[in-house]
Amino acid sequence: MFDNILIYFVLIPLIMLAGVALSQNIKQIRAVAVTGSLALTALSVYLLVDYLALRAAGETAPMLYTGSWQWFAPLNINLAVGVDGISIAMLILSSIILLTGSFASWTIAQPKAFFLWLILLSTGVFGFFITIDLFAMFMFYEVALIPMYLLIGVWGSGKKNYSAMKLTLMLMGGSAFLMLSLIGIYYNSGLFSWNIVEIAQDGNISHSWQMFLFPMAFVGFGVLGAMFPFHTWSPDGHASAPTAVSMLHAGVLMKLGGYGCFRVAIYLMPQAANELAWIFLILTGISVVYGAFSACVQTDLKYINAYSSVSHCGLVLFAILMLNTTAMTGAIMQMLSHGLMTALFFALIGMIYGRTHTRDVREMGGLMKIMPYLAVCYVIAGMASLGLPGLSGFVAEMTIFIGSFEQGMIDFLHGHGSLRLVFTIIACCSIVITAVYILRVVGKLLLGPVQDDHHRQLTDATWWERTATATLIICVAAIGCFPNFFESLIKFTFSPDIFKVLGMIQ
Amino acid sequence: MDYSQFLAMKQEIALLVVFLLVFLYDTFMPKKAQNATAAFTTVVFAIFTVLSIADMFCPCSTADATAFAGMYVTGPVIMAIKNILNIGVLIVLIQSIKWANGEFMIVRRGEFYELLLVTLFGMYLMISARHFLLFLIGLESASLPLAAMVAFDKKRYESHEAAVKYLLTAVFSSAVFMMGLSFVYGLAGSLYFSDINLMIFGENSALAVVALAFVIAGVGFKLSLVPFHLWTADVYQGAPTSATSYLSVISKGATAFAFLVVMVQAFGMFYEEVWQWMLYALIILTITVGNLFAIRQKNLKRFLAFSSISQAGYIMLGVIAFNATGVASLMYYVLVYIFSNLAAFGVIGAIENATGKVDMDDYNGLSTTNPRLSFCMMLAMFSLAGIPPFAGFFSKFFIFAGALQQGTIAIYILVLIALINTIVSLYYYLLVVKAMYIKTEEPCQIPTFRSACTERLGLWISVAGILVLGVGAVFYNYLLEMTTSLGLFGSIM
Repeated sequence: MFDNILIYFVLIPLIMLAGVALSQNIKQIRAVAVTGSLALTALSVYLLVDYLALRAAGETAPMLYTGSWQWFAPLNINLAVGVDGISIAMLILSSIILLTGSFASWTIAQPKAFFLWLILLSTGVFGFFITIDLFAMFMFYEVALIPMYLLIGVWGSGKKNYSAMKLTLMLMGGSAFLMLSLIGIYYNSGLFSWNIVEIAQDGNISHSWQMFLFPMAFVGFGVLGAMFPFHTWSPDGHASAPTAVSMLHAGVLMKLGGYGCFRVAIYLMPQAANELAWIFLILTGISVVYGAFSACVQTDLKYINAYSSVSHCGLVLFAILMLNTTAMTGAIMQMLSHGLMTALFFALIGMIYGRTHTRDVREMGGLMKIMPYLAVCYVIAGMASLGLPGLSGFVAEMTIFIGSFEQGMIDFLHGHGSLRLVFTIIACCSIVITAVYILRVVGKLLLGPVQDDHHRQLTDATWWERTATATLIICVAAIGCFPNFFESLIKFTFSPDIFKVLGMIQ
Repeated sequence: MDYSQFLAMKQEIALLVVFLLVFLYDTFMPKKAQNATAAFTTVVFAIFTVLSIADMFCPCSTADATAFAGMYVTGPVIMAIKNILNIGVLIVLIQSIKWANGEFMIVRRGEFYELLLVTLFGMYLMISARHFLLFLIGLESASLPLAAMVAFDKKRYESHEAAVKYLLTAVFSSAVFMMGLSFVYGLAGSLYFSDINLMIFGENSALAVVALAFVIAGVGFKLSLVPFHLWTADVYQGAPTSATSYLSVISKGATAFAFLVVMVQAFGMFYEEVWQWMLYALIILTITVGNLFAIRQKNLKRFLAFSSISQAGYIMLGVIAFNATGVASLMYYVLVYIFSNLAAFGVIGAIENATGKVDMDDYNGLSTTNPRLSFCMMLAMFSLAGIPPFAGFFSKFFIFAGALQQGTIAIYILVLIALINTIVSLYYYLLVVKAMYIKTEEPCQIPTFRSACTERLGLWISVAGILVLGVGAVFYNYLLEMTTSLGLFGSIM
């Protein structure tokens, strides 16, 4: 069991949990958190390099590093692990955000309990990305959800009780649909297997069952991906959460939604995905535009960013539903790009809030003069968000729109209606709206006159804050400048015998 | 007469020995030694439990046996459910020692344990009975002594009120049950489960349906299925906490399994057309009403009463599954439910014994004064709500999986309703967590105190169960392998 590299993605967080539990003071807790997340980052980068090398050497299996250990044997439930390029991208994202999140919560109150819950949450996240067994996946998914309640409820701000409860109940509501769908897949695939790869290859879920189970699975994960009209937990939840939790939640947890929609709903039930895509295209199209518009009228920095997340995550689901390789590549890029960028945003907002004790845009101004480092970082994050070439947002959105336009044209020319085309055009508008709210905030918050004279005494970023933000900015820029390797990351996930969708549609 | 068939009843006989030992100890030991009655009972019962579990794994033990012309049967699955109950009773006993050693219990502590053992004996009979006469004896002896246990807080008015309510409902429901039995006898001419199942088949008359409804109502009372639940909240609140915890887990678990046996063995032929739909409606009602009423409760014992009503609804999913997976899932659910609920009652009992407080508002900020107790309570709530990696998640998942094995759309809808209800239940379980961990602005009403070592032992066992039973898959695997190899009818004989 321990010769499989993937198992360490769960073991290291568990060791970290024990380490934090045994720590005596805040220094030890910080040391454990930073060492552990550095180890995870190193491990995931090593995995990436090794994965690319294996692929270059001619591995064509859909999942590598697979392993399977019996768990609930009579029900065929195994602890099966395996990764492909998409999972590896998500693992890197999660470990970087855990690392920077640890730096961002350097001076948190009650550090021990906080880090325990935070690391438990990341255990769930890592576990979710490495497993290919539906049961284990679902279990890790719920493990990642429940710590949010206490993290927001205890360490949050504003109307934290309301937000924490709303977030937990809505996400658990999603997982209720999901559970039904997963058990349904188990009984109806004809294999009595929970293994995703097996079901995708040999499973045969009848058309009518697909039409019944697919919407449940998609909605179940879609709630976490902030799909309209199930997005309402997101603004409240993000606004009330403490910094590191907002980072992890917007950066990683919302990606669980997108990843799950692809890996479970579409991967296993491609026929229904193809036929029912239009419903969800409309819904996600609405999230993209509606989220962006909502962000324009908010005055609380966190609300602005939370609605912006709704818009960007909507784009991920939107791209996945295009069911073609280009858009899918874009979706993976967007997941990474949005994860890093929004984590950067939330980290910066937390840092600014920690100094000014307000998140209201109207009460702040001229921060560029007072805290130039943070302000410059904020501008970079903003530019990434509105899609400036050279940063990650540009490559991701560009790829998505090219892919979806491509698919829209194919649909249109084959007489399958113009829905994809129309919604691609509508979704494109969101870029412009994004520019409106980003530039509005940058202008008001960073430039212009100083609104409050007390703000003049504030200090710029400390070293741990600089570490956190610099790491994220480097990653954002790296994706923007070297997007090529993504193609090789997701290439084999789409080999035709696995991904029946492509074979079917094109 | 072949006296060797008494050996089939070895679990019952061993339990009787325990009872007699406790009785003799309590009656004939000098006054000073009587202080140790509670501890004595616990130790003797622990020995009994260990032996009984060892017997289950012993290759020398006889697997299946019937006695008294088929009125009594036992087998591996039946022994397993009895052992599950034994473990629960053991935890209840450990938790009750502190309370039983209290000032005003001096002269009566023996009685409590004797009554408890008698009801357990009744539950054993209910589980093993394959003839309604024996079943009825079990049902009665599992119900009536409980009323005395409920009334045990002699000085509290609520305790008396609860006992009277319990007694009257119990008597009324067994009257209904016997009415049903007389119809059944009229139709089938026999009270053997197997005869009924054969004779009643094809007898699709209204009388058969009414008889079935009466039987379900009679047992439904003990399970507190809605609409037979009205006694539950008041009784749970009024009874002493040890009696409440016994009532909510052991009595419920035993009756659930006995109900499964009756429905499958005596009325199995009616599954498709009749009782599947009756139970369908009852499950939806039970889960929904239990959950909705739990939201508004301020007294934690009332709160757990409604929570246990909705849990009974989930347990019934194992009956409606009507397959071997359902049997194993039901047993596993009962096992996990015992540990989770007893962890919650352990905390409530410890705090009640130390400070007399049972309201949820008193728990505000408990994590600041009693972090360990609040941690146990939080684990119990998470497990009851079905949050992984705690055992409750696994038991919920498997009971849903068992029901969905039926594969009809109606069952899918039923499970969906149950799943949506878990969200409601999560809300109120989180209210307790919120009170303990989030509402910390004002100083906590409950001062820091050190609970008795027996209470801590009980909590340790419960928490260990919550953590181990789910992730450690052996327990469920063992049960499932056993039931699938024997099949639905074979496993419950």
